[in-house]
Parts: sequence; structure tokens; C-alpha cells
Amino acid sequence: MIAMQDAAYGYGSEPLLSGLTLELAPGSFYFLTGPSGAGKTTFLKLCYAELLPTSGRVSLLGQDAGSIGRDEVADLRARIGVVHQDCQFLDHLPTEENISLPLTVTGRATPAHQNDLAELVAWVGLSARARALPPELSGGERQRAALARAVIMDPEIILADEPTGNVDWEMSLRLLQLLVELNRMGKTVLIATHDLALIRAAKSQVQARVLRIKDGNVAIAGADL
Amino acid sequence: MSVAGDAFALLRGDVQADRVVPRTGQAARLSVLTSAAMAFLAVFAMALSMASGRLADRWSSALAQSSTIRISAPAAELEAQTWAVLTVLEQTPGIDSARAITEEEQRALLTPWFGPELPVEDLPVPRLIEIVETPEGYDADGLRQRLAAEAPGAVLDDHTRWRRPLVEAAGRLRLLGWISLGLIAVATGAMVTLAAQAALSANEQVIRVLRLVGARDAYIARAFVRRFTLRTLTGAAAGTAAGMVGIALLPRADAAASFLTGLGYSGLAWLWPLMIPPLAALVAFAATRIAAFRTLRALQ
Ligand SMILES: Nc1ncnc2c1ncn2[C@@H]1O[C@H](COP(=O)(O)OP(=O)(O)OP(=O)(O)O)[C@@H](O)[C@H]1O
Ligand SMILES: [Mg+2]
Repeated sequence: MIAMQDAAYGYGSEPLLSGLTLELAPGSFYFLTGPSGAGKTTFLKLCYAELLPTSGRVSLLGQDAGSIGRDEVADLRARIGVVHQDCQFLDHLPTEENISLPLTVTGRATPAHQNDLAELVAWVGLSARARALPPELSGGERQRAALARAVIMDPEIILADEPTGNVDWEMSLRLLQLLVELNRMGKTVLIATHDLALIRAAKSQVQARVLRIKDGNVAIAGADL
Repeated sequence: MSVAGDAFALLRGDVQADRVVPRTGQAARLSVLTSAAMAFLAVFAMALSMASGRLADRWSSALAQSSTIRISAPAAELEAQTWAVLTVLEQTPGIDSARAITEEEQRALLTPWFGPELPVEDLPVPRLIEIVETPEGYDADGLRQRLAAEAPGAVLDDHTRWRRPLVEAAGRLRLLGWISLGLIAVATGAMVTLAAQAALSANEQVIRVLRLVGARDAYIARAFVRRFTLRTLTGAAAGTAAGMVGIALLPRADAAASFLTGLGYSGLAWLWPLMIPPLAALVAFAATRIAAFRTLRALQ
């Protein structure tokens, strides 16, 4: 899965995160919390090799992130699904083509996948909006499309960065529901959020562990959450 | 992925890969237009090289094997000197045949200059003897010495004096034509490189998204390479067609203007300009591929 040994990262000379030593247990459900600017997005970027640790070691699915080539990084992205904080769509392609983009760029888009795609689009409740361009979607629709894209490759790990960032409470619960379903299918889920209410809502449905970023370090949160 | 693999994927066509990079209307039109213009110029540069090549060959081979002897002598001696010269020529190795130009031929030669009424027989026109040499050729200096002894009024004109600079000029012209073709290829490569670089940096965000969803560099590069190669191929095909039509419509340069030897292509030579579009596509393929991989390496 994802493991770190004394990993550190800093954008400038000052490290933002340091002394990260942890290992995500397969099939678990994690929350990552901390105030805005604490480094949640930065931590997730270390988890999908968008950033490499400035010191220490990050191991992703058994591979040392610091020593693999660009092609291996590309291949890792097929096994680690990511919902980005700002979604990251290709604005000129319809939503369903954005959702199937991971299949397209790895040459795995076959006509047989069309059915799976339609099913997935329906699962996130976007059937009626499948042909719309991403800029025409609402915030919640974008988040659901991003989630669909993150899971289309059937990844082992799903990282979600503020998946409920700009949606109402009802939509937040719906997105949480989708992530819990994925976890029940055996996938490791890590959600970065500063929404404590969401974490509390999740605790009634799933055995969730909470990681908190504090003073540049990530620790298992205590019982106060 | 290998270059051959890329070229194959390009030919097979990957419509999906083509869609992931947004179309840019104006840049596309401009690069098609530029490659059309370049191909058009290439057709003419090629025609120029080939025509001057033909000219050089004709002057150096056809003229090399014929020369003339001019005999200027008082009328009374003319006949005798002519015989003397012909006798000398018969004994000279390297001469295939020699014959005196008849009065009628001489009149035909002079008519364009003096009109048909000319009484050639009454004029002190020199007698001309035409020599056709064997491929091995003869020793011009030796022949001159013998002629000086046997027929003092005879002058050997072996054409080399004025032929050499013309052959040289034609050869130079051919070289310039090939250099122009080379420059056109380089300019096309540079133009495609610039256009591809502009497209790559305009699409930095697209490239970022493609990477986030697991695209390898080879895939991203291919989307750009394919587009620029096909554009260049289209433009070059149109430009080549236009250039070939232009050359086909040139007025036929017959005997009168043989200096131009017809700038056109003849027979199988028409196949040569057809190589321009594929060559242009090859240049575009290589240029975009290099630019794409360089840019992708530099990004991040
Ligand atoms: N590319 C960058 N260059 C320099 N500094 C950066 C960069 N990205 C983030 N930072 C800084 O690093 C810190 C952590 O950013 P990060 O995005 O990881 O925070 P976050 O916990 O995800 O915050 P939020 O909850 O607002 O999303 C911030 O102070 C931010 O300004
Ligand atoms: Mg963030």
C-alpha cells in the first residue's frame, strides 16, 4: 500500500511536513484532517508521486517513489485513483469522456467498456449530464464526476481531496456514501477534509481512522474526534 | 515506445488520442498554409535543379563530342586547304567523322541573320568543317599543330573555351537548387518545431491532467506528433499539387528558347515532386517528436 519512512517535504527551504512515518493498512478507511494550509493536499500529492519527498522514503504499492521512472509513475496512477481538490478535467471533452479518460490514455478504452461506463455514470447519478462539458456542471456534479473518474480503473487505493469541498450537506453525505461503498468493495480510502461533521457522520457507517496534521507531522487523532 | 511503433500508431490512426488535445483553429490553419507554401517552393527548387542538371549534362556531353574547324583563305586556296584538313582529320586518332558543311547548310545557318537573298557564294565566308569525335576524344593541341603546318588558314574551335564556364554555371545552379531544397526542409522543420512548442505550452494544463490520469509521455507526445504530421502532410500535398500544376502550365520551351531547356519535368521526372509531401511529413514527424519529448521532460 502506501508507506512512509521519515519522509519530509517543503516547497521552500523550510519543511512543511517532516518526520512522516506511517503505513496505510489495506482495505481501511482513513480521514486526513487539519486546518487549511496544514499540508493535506501536499500529503496526498506525496501519495500519488505528484511530489517526491525532499528527504526520507515514500513507498507506493511496493515501489520507491523516489527511484521510479516517469512511465512507472504513469502506471501507478492507474492503480491509485485520485479525486483532486480542483477536479482537473479537460474542459473541451464531455463529462463521460473525462470519466473514461484513464482508460483512453492507457489504451484500454474498448467498446465493451461503454456499458461499464454508463453504469458508473449512473452510479454517481450523472446519466442526464453525461454529455455536458465540465464547466457546465455544478460543484457537486463535478465532484461526483471526479469520483467516477478516480474509480474507473478499479484502483486499489482511492485518495479524495476535499471531495465535499463545495457541496451542501445532503450532497456531502451522498458522496460519503459512495466512498463507503467503495471501501466495502475492499478498496483503501483516504479522504482529506476539514469537515469534522463529515467525519462524525462516517463513524456511524464505517470503521474510520483519523489522521491529523499537526506541526508538520501526521498522527493518529485521539478520542476527541 | 520506439520510433517505428510511433510511426505505425500514427498511420493506424488513434481518433481518441487525437481528441484529448483541444483543436486550435488558427494555429492549425497557419501551419497548413506554411507547409503548403514550402512545398510549392520546393517544387520549383527541384525543377530548377533538374533543369540546370539537364543543361549541364547536355552542354558537357553533346557539345563535348562535336567541334568545328574554320578555314579562312582566299577563294583560290579554299578548296585545296579543305582537302588538306579533311586528310589530316582522317589520320587523326579519336575522330569519328568529319565533313565540310555544304553551301546550302551554310546559307541556312546565315539566313536568320542576313535574310534569304544572301549570295553566300560571293561572300568571303569561311568554310566550316564539322568534327564528331569518338568518346575517347582527340588531342586538340596536336591537331592544331598539324593544321598549322598543312592548312595555315584553318582554325580549330573545340568549343571548350566558352563551354566550360557555361557548364560550370549550370552545375552551380543545380547545386543552388539542391541547397534551396535543403533550406526549405530545414525551414519546415523549424516552423513545425516552433508551432509544436507553442501548442505544447498552450496545452500545459491539458498535459498536466493527462499525466494525472496515467498517460505516459509517449502517449501525450503522439497526440501532438500525429496532429502536426497530418497537418504538414495535408499542406504539403496541396502546395505540391499547386506547384506541379503551375509547372505543367508553363509555355513549352521549344527550339527557340532551348536555353531554358524547359523548366518543367518530363516523363518519369514527374514522380520526383511527388516525394515532397511524404518527405515534409517525415520532417514534421521528427521535429514534433523531438520538440514534444524535450518539452515533456522539461515540464515538472
Ligand atoms: N506549489 C506550491 N508552492 C509553494 N507553496 C505551496 C505550494 N502549494 C502549496 N503551498 C503551500 O503549502 C502549504 C500547504 O498547502 P496544502 O495545499 O497542502 O494545504 P491544505 O492542507 O491542502 O489546505 P486546504 O485545506 O486549504 O486545501 C500552504 O501554506 C500553501 O500555501
Ligand atoms: Mg488542500
